[in-house]
Amino acid sequence: MQEPKKRPPPANVAGRWALIGLVVVAAAAAFAYVGGWLTPSRLTPKRVVDALQASSGEHPGYRRNHAKGICVGGYFEASGALAKYSSSPLFASGRTPVVGRLALPGGNPYAADSSVPIRSFALRFDLADGEQWRTGMNAMPVFPVSTPQAFYDLTVATSPDPATGKPNPDKAKAFFMSHPETGPFLGWIKTAKPAPSYVDETYQSINAFYLRDANGERHAVRWKVVPETPVAGDGGPAAGDTDYLDADLTRRLAQGPVRWHLQMILAAPGDPVDDATKAWPDDRQTIDAGVVVIDSAQPQANGPCRDVNYDPTILPHGIEISGDPIIVARSAAYAVSYLRRTGEEGHLPGTAHPKEDQR
Amino acid sequence: MSRVDTFHPFARVLHWLMSIMVLTMLFVGAGMVTSVEAKHAWLLSIHRPLGITIFILALIRLGFRLTHKAPPLPADMPEWQKLAAHGSHWMLYGLMILMPLIGWGMLSAGNFPVTLWSGFQLPPILPAGPALYAWLREAHRYLAWLFFLTFLAHMGAALMHGLIRRDGVLQSMTGGSND
Repeated sequence: MQEPKKRPPPANVAGRWALIGLVVVAAAAAFAYVGGWLTPSRLTPKRVVDALQASSGEHPGYRRNHAKGICVGGYFEASGALAKYSSSPLFASGRTPVVGRLALPGGNPYAADSSVPIRSFALRFDLADGEQWRTGMNAMPVFPVSTPQAFYDLTVATSPDPATGKPNPDKAKAFFMSHPETGPFLGWIKTAKPAPSYVDETYQSINAFYLRDANGERHAVRWKVVPETPVAGDGGPAAGDTDYLDADLTRRLAQGPVRWHLQMILAAPGDPVDDATKAWPDDRQTIDAGVVVIDSAQPQANGPCRDVNYDPTILPHGIEISGDPIIVARSAAYAVSYLRRTGEEGHLPGTAHPKEDQR
Repeated sequence: MSRVDTFHPFARVLHWLMSIMVLTMLFVGAGMVTSVEAKHAWLLSIHRPLGITIFILALIRLGFRLTHKAPPLPADMPEWQKLAAHGSHWMLYGLMILMPLIGWGMLSAGNFPVTLWSGFQLPPILPAGPALYAWLREAHRYLAWLFFLTFLAHMGAALMHGLIRRDGVLQSMTGGSND
């Protein structure tokens, strides 16, 4: 069927081979460019997480940020008041189970509870139709910076100097001087105090998102969870106690569930939607979407929140990301952090084994 | 000349359509995992539905390939080249089917909703488990590399057939004249 009769060799064989080589190399180079190998100065999620690790040290098996925390469980009871602003069934009245996590910012799982004046609250809402809403909130009014690059630069500027083991105050000062957008955060943190309890804190989304209603209209929002009955301090932790938050939570839960109201804050026209360094005025319309009820807590080492990546871009229909660049950067960096700790958990080749919790 | 028949038109349409989709998919994947900007989110939103589309088309294509004979390779091709040609083709088929399954399984193991578009999820196909997630995530990465390298070899070999050997193998897929 095939004739072995050879046709004469084509003209300019060398040129033809060169053309083939060129096409193959061009394809490989395009792939390398997209993958970031040709632009080592480009900010990648890996570099962000490397910077966080350099700042807090490596703690195999733990999150690269918000490493110290505790799992909580309960449910969200929707009021129905938000249903006309978002088509998500989550906001129609009814109950949705939640898996949450209360934590400290920072990558050190052994940090003292008083080492930072900020606490965080992450929630995963498991909707009946298989959709999820994941949100990570912080007990502070604004984010220090508005872009991923500035966050990376801030992390580097405040990391311990390898020579001294301590952050270099000049570097931090230079960073803040060259980033005036950090003003509102610096103004707030000057007077912020480490709270003696997770329960009495108000946690904020900080980043703005959009709700989309059943008619397809978008509404820019931020949200916060506000404790229903703030309890006046019970004297606070004993002097020298560095692990009081978990004990406090356990004590409070023994007396009954703790409750926060999920308050959705609607932007007014002109409010900054894509910049997490700018707060909205206090008088914005606020809708009480329902109550987050927490009735159980478990150590994170084996609790249900351990393997949850609280990626803020995992949203049900009816909630959408805004153009705030920090949201997407969080998603990208959380994915890297998640792979690192699950890889350590799974004893992947080349990963450090998680240490036994020594406390 | 060593005349080679052409592929069935349906096979040719699938081949070129899927070549664009697979190549797009590999670039989207590489860009997605190395970006922190807004494009990270939209690349991710392309990656999942495109992956499932490739998976479905790959199954259709495999079915068609098993029921329709491919044109034979030229008789004067060295044996090792024939082996490489067959091996790389089955590798490409395997990866087109395996990669979407690993991606789907990896999201299932990580207990992520397998969202194709807002409001539409696929059910999980594996139990949740962090170790399983990590192994599948790394398999997805390394097999993507293998996929791209196999593609480069495939494209280089096709050009070699068309430009150097001029034996009708490239035309069997382009459908062009052998002369």
